[in-house]
Amino acid sequence: MSGKQPAADWTTGVHAIVYQSCTGCGSLQYFRRTFCAGCGMPDPVEKRASGAGTVYATSLVCRAATPETRAQVPYNIVLVDTAEGFRMMAHGDNDLRIGDKVMARFTQFAGRLVPYFGKSI
Amino acid sequence: MSFITGVGLTAYGKHEGSSSLDLMSKAAELAIADAGLTRRDIDGVLCGYSTVAPHIMLATVFAEHFGIRPAYSHAVQVGGATGLAMTMLAHHLVESEVVRHVLVVAGENRLTGQSRDASIVALAQVGHPEYEVPLGPTIPAYYGLVASRYMHEYGVSEEDLAAFAVLMRSHALMHPGAQFHEPISIADVIASKPVALPLKLLDCCPVSDGGAAFVISRERTGELGISVRGCAQAHTHQHVTAAPALNQLGAEIAIARAKQNAGVAMSDVRYAAVYDSFTITLAMLLEDLGLARRGEAASRVRSGYFGRDGAMPLNTHGGLLSYGHCGVGGAMAHLVETHLQMSGRAGDRQVRDASIALLHGDGGVLSSHVSMFLERVR
Repeated sequence: MSGKQPAADWTTGVHAIVYQSCTGCGSLQYFRRTFCAGCGMPDPVEKRASGAGTVYATSLVCRAATPETRAQVPYNIVLVDTAEGFRMMAHGDNDLRIGDKVMARFTQFAGRLVPYFGKSI
Repeated sequence: MSFITGVGLTAYGKHEGSSSLDLMSKAAELAIADAGLTRRDIDGVLCGYSTVAPHIMLATVFAEHFGIRPAYSHAVQVGGATGLAMTMLAHHLVESEVVRHVLVVAGENRLTGQSRDASIVALAQVGHPEYEVPLGPTIPAYYGLVASRYMHEYGVSEEDLAAFAVLMRSHALMHPGAQFHEPISIADVIASKPVALPLKLLDCCPVSDGGAAFVISRERTGELGISVRGCAQAHTHQHVTAAPALNQLGAEIAIARAKQNAGVAMSDVRYAAVYDSFTITLAMLLEDLGLARRGEAASRVRSGYFGRDGAMPLNTHGGLLSYGHCGVGGAMAHLVETHLQMSGRAGDRQVRDASIALLHGDGGVLSSHVSMFLERVR
């Protein structure tokens, strides 16, 4: 697994949430690197997340600063603790509350693909 | 040992037509004069950054502009913690006899030099460029996330947070240099425009023009002795996505190290100067530092504990929330006010006793922390 390959996840327009798992110490990390930030071992394994998680925090953005984002207000920025055990930032339904069980889908925001969480049915 | 021998501070708000270098120069002149020195005495220069006029060598740009040729000079960047980080470095530089007098200086025409939108966009870049910034968060949103979780875990309400904004405004009313001079109420804060909920406009510090500077010296330059008793830092993460749990943040680590370094207990502290970019920042830091128990800082505000006549006067100039926030200079105003209080020069705002002060700065999203104890030496 080389970090020089582009990530095949939402940050490059692919409908997926990807994380890395260290083959040495077992640490998980969401921000992609060529090594494990826990122990330094190279080439952590990339895995695709299920999209399931729990809301850790929310902030409804009502004041944005660019024409593209201003067109979308209000939008809810959320931190989600995924079922796999890493934390990520995403968008979500405006009425999400801390502790809600959620599932990811993908949507367009200001010209980019972004992960979007709604309550699990 | 090191002494803060001089301080300088401009009014915050609008300085139409002033550049970042103009504001830095003005504050530097005031601080050098306050120390009873001339610019030729300055052999060290530390400065912050300017989002309006970014430069890879701002310290030498400033030194040339100001007309000095220091033996030691560079910029420092740790967001809102920069002012105290520079002071800590200056303390070590003079203690280790690298230089005699360090000028610590910052200034920025952040309000009139660029649009508010430009400031908001520039500051949002403390987020992760691939995993956070594309989602359109703002600095208030990063802190809004932290606020939602803190309120959830410790039962803090929006009215509790509003109490900090009201306190800072009441202090600013007494300072002619503050950006805001209209009193506000809890109801005003709650009714103010939503920015990044749970944070509303009056939960957020403003964007300001202004400048601040200090001189840190190996020996005192007059009778007055305000010394750096001890200081420490902690850096746990950069991005809010990677932040540790709320009870493991850097403020607790930095203050523990600083107490050990200074040989000071919290019960010795008589005055507090704590970073207050948002109401939630101030609430959390006061509790992390041990100036209130978890979830109880707001009730201490309401009981007058942090007022001018209270047991622990806090940010008596009005803080970032109401004196104003011009970037690196923003939190340096906290140290200037602390110095005035410690030296008995705070006029109408003078507190009874500021013999030992605690200062704390935070950069990023509770990412970088500096705790510092100052002491008045007879």
